[in-house]
Amino acid sequence: MSTAIEEHVNSTGVDNKKLMMWIFLGSDCLFFGSFISTYLVYRNRSLAGPYPNEILDIPITTVSTFVLLMSSLAMVLAVSYVQRGSQVIGRYWTLATALLGLVFMGFQVYEFSHFAHLGLTPRTNIFGSTFFVMTGFHGGHVTFGVIWLVIFAISRLAESLKQKLLIIGSVFSVIIAMAGTMMTHTLDVIPNIPSAVAYSVFGIGLIGTIGSLYLLKTSDTQNIESIKKEEGNLELAGLYWHFVDIVWIVIFTVVYLISANDGAPLL
Amino acid sequence: MTTISYPTLIPRPKEYVSGVWSWLTTVDHKKIGTMYGVIAFFWFLVGGIEALLIRIQLSGPEGKFLTPEVYNQVFTMHGTTMIFLVVMPLSAAFFNWMVPLMIGARDVAFPRLNAFSLWAFLFGGILLNISWFTGEAPNAGWFAYAPNTEVPFNPKNGVTYWILGLQVLGIASLAAGFNFLTTIINMRAPGMTFMKLPVFIWMTAVVNVLIVLAFPVITVALIQLQFDRLYGTHFFNPVMGGDPVMWQHMFWLFGHPEVYILILPAMGIVSEVLPTFSKKPIFGYPFIVFSGIGIGFLGWFVWSHHMFTVGLGPAANAAFSISTMLIAVPTGVKIFNWIGTLWGGSIRATPALLFSIAFIGMFVIGGLSGVTHAAPPSDAQQQDTYYVVAHFHYVLFGGALLGLWSGIYYWWPKFTGKFLNEKIGYLHFTVVLIGFNITFFPMHWLGLDGMPRRIATYPESMGWEVSNLVASLGSFILGFGVLIFIYNVIYSRKGPKNAGNDPWDGRTLEWSIPSPPPHYNFETIPEVKYRDDFWYKKYPELANESHGGGSGSEEDSHGESHSEPHMPDPSYYPLFLGLGMSIMIGGFIPFTGHWIVCGVGLAIFIWSFLGWCYEPVND
Repeated sequence: MSTAIEEHVNSTGVDNKKLMMWIFLGSDCLFFGSFISTYLVYRNRSLAGPYPNEILDIPITTVSTFVLLMSSLAMVLAVSYVQRGSQVIGRYWTLATALLGLVFMGFQVYEFSHFAHLGLTPRTNIFGSTFFVMTGFHGGHVTFGVIWLVIFAISRLAESLKQKLLIIGSVFSVIIAMAGTMMTHTLDVIPNIPSAVAYSVFGIGLIGTIGSLYLLKTSDTQNIESIKKEEGNLELAGLYWHFVDIVWIVIFTVVYLISANDGAPLL
Repeated sequence: MTTISYPTLIPRPKEYVSGVWSWLTTVDHKKIGTMYGVIAFFWFLVGGIEALLIRIQLSGPEGKFLTPEVYNQVFTMHGTTMIFLVVMPLSAAFFNWMVPLMIGARDVAFPRLNAFSLWAFLFGGILLNISWFTGEAPNAGWFAYAPNTEVPFNPKNGVTYWILGLQVLGIASLAAGFNFLTTIINMRAPGMTFMKLPVFIWMTAVVNVLIVLAFPVITVALIQLQFDRLYGTHFFNPVMGGDPVMWQHMFWLFGHPEVYILILPAMGIVSEVLPTFSKKPIFGYPFIVFSGIGIGFLGWFVWSHHMFTVGLGPAANAAFSISTMLIAVPTGVKIFNWIGTLWGGSIRATPALLFSIAFIGMFVIGGLSGVTHAAPPSDAQQQDTYYVVAHFHYVLFGGALLGLWSGIYYWWPKFTGKFLNEKIGYLHFTVVLIGFNITFFPMHWLGLDGMPRRIATYPESMGWEVSNLVASLGSFILGFGVLIFIYNVIYSRKGPKNAGNDPWDGRTLEWSIPSPPPHYNFETIPEVKYRDDFWYKKYPELANESHGGGSGSEEDSHGESHSEPHMPDPSYYPLFLGLGMSIMIGGFIPFTGHWIVCGVGLAIFIWSFLGWCYEPVND
């Protein structure tokens, strides 16, 4: 079933969705550009500790950065397999990308909680404010990418819509638990939710995810047309994923490599 | 395709032909455009009433009509409403209606995303205005300068409503921006190269580039302010190393492109109306187009002219002064081109043309007063006085709104198939123009006489009484003019559907199809050979190389007759995605139990997001 919109002439030869993705990424450059500029403008202006040199742990973040870079590799493999017709293998690589993204998020949850434990929260000083909000919104982007990739992967791995919704629901509960943990540790904005609740939601979500992934069966109910369309969608997810990855490289450079030795300001 | 069974969890709309659900589930750009227009006009009335309240309060010295606190809320909401809920969405109504029609497309690139933009705009406006009912409307001005907006100085929730309402509206604008840019770049009819696009489409493209690049900046600034207010960060808190001037930079880095977002659509409309009613092609098309691009580009390098009195130093002030004055060049080019278009034309003075001509006049006045505060020393005198109020009302009301009204009179026959009554239109035009000038011209004098903006009262014997009284009387004349317009709309609804396809002897593609257009717009996608292609199809003897023609194919494009084109299916999810998102974002306002509201919004959001992903819609 093709529609009027699809059969419409395409002035540039670039797919509509791909064109929009590039425009969106241009817009997102300004979004992260604003956060990064704020961070740089406010660098060395904290009036109270802990300062970056007391708190940043480059080795650990290097590991998480490596994980994120490897997820980009998995992403490339996923797109490549799907485009060469290996639908199922491509789907599993997509899941692998999402999983690596979740691992990266796990590092971030750990980092946020650890920093909070050491006494650095967004309230402590201007370094905390800029650091947590910038990396938090980057984490939000990674999370959205994970959801997107999972939705894509199970579009042909899961058999029924019920199973798809089960998987998505589990992934969402994992993510909500992680986000809740980050927020309770750094901001105390969710009152009266003990971490036990967060951990049980996390656990249930994880079990749900693993269980439903175990039960996955390949579904072959779609025809060539829809496969073509899905290839396009995975390429879009790939563009997004690589962009978010590049942003992290900039953040890693600016926050961890450049300002790792920033201490108390010289007044 | 093998049909996949979809559970009741994700329902699909039936083919609603009429009734409420046909509007709520629509993905048709024309219906969406109409809803944008109607909702924006409703907010225009709200913002207008707020303006009248301000004028009643200031009509005499020592006004007691509003308390200072309510006065602050009213002027804040007046500005915010008029900018984000009136001029931008009214422009969006024209984008929605006209972009596909003028480039020869059947819909925008992403119909469901388009519907989502509309609903996010609606709910964002509601979120912003709920604050009236909780008694704590935003009160810090539309620019919300920190640290005045920080909790110690502004402990109520008003500014939080403002932040979150603007976030929702920003998401709506961004989604629309991605959509229209993609549509314009990728869905032009065959043969319609960029230099054959109607000027309105060019200006729409420039505006949407500005939206796409400027809104992320305000999004980040709003996030930072929200974190400052709700979660105790220190972005704009000088005690902890933050910097209020950072807010000003980020706000105006968005805010100045924003004023071009407001004015360029009206400039585009005027550039369509003038040629049609002068029976001449637009004078100097490439100059108009590149001036529009130039304005959009230079608009990024002038933001600090809002901050001349902050003390950024002579170097910064000089640089921003020069770049600001530079913007007058492309603007002046446009004005001369419009006059050149009228020159020697066979002019038909319809209300649409009169509004366009008034646009030129009023915009020149506003533009010239703008140039006077491009110079820092003179701006230091004018900063925060009524002179600035006069300036931006001349460009926003005398500019943007008169231009939009011109578009309403021009395209109304295309929207509805009926004419707006011309005699009532003349009356509407006359009363609005007179009322507008009586309201805002005296503000120049008030400002030069030193009357500050945003003051709730002023003492007697300052010499401001007469001008203020005149301005207040003028504002009621202006309000009466708006009522005449409403009467015209109601009156013209009863009229016959006699507009036909091409009531004005138009030049662009939208006049080649019936009024109102069928839901698929074009039965056959037209093939374009010339700039103003429809005109040269009607009058082939006038066509020559100088009108942008030349490279198209010669043969007529009327191929085999098509069956009715299949259009995208309606969907529930744009509505519910917008609703869920707005409830979720509104749930960040710290009232009792707000996390529950946020959770409910999140649930609706996730459900409609999945519905959006998995429903087999073809856009």
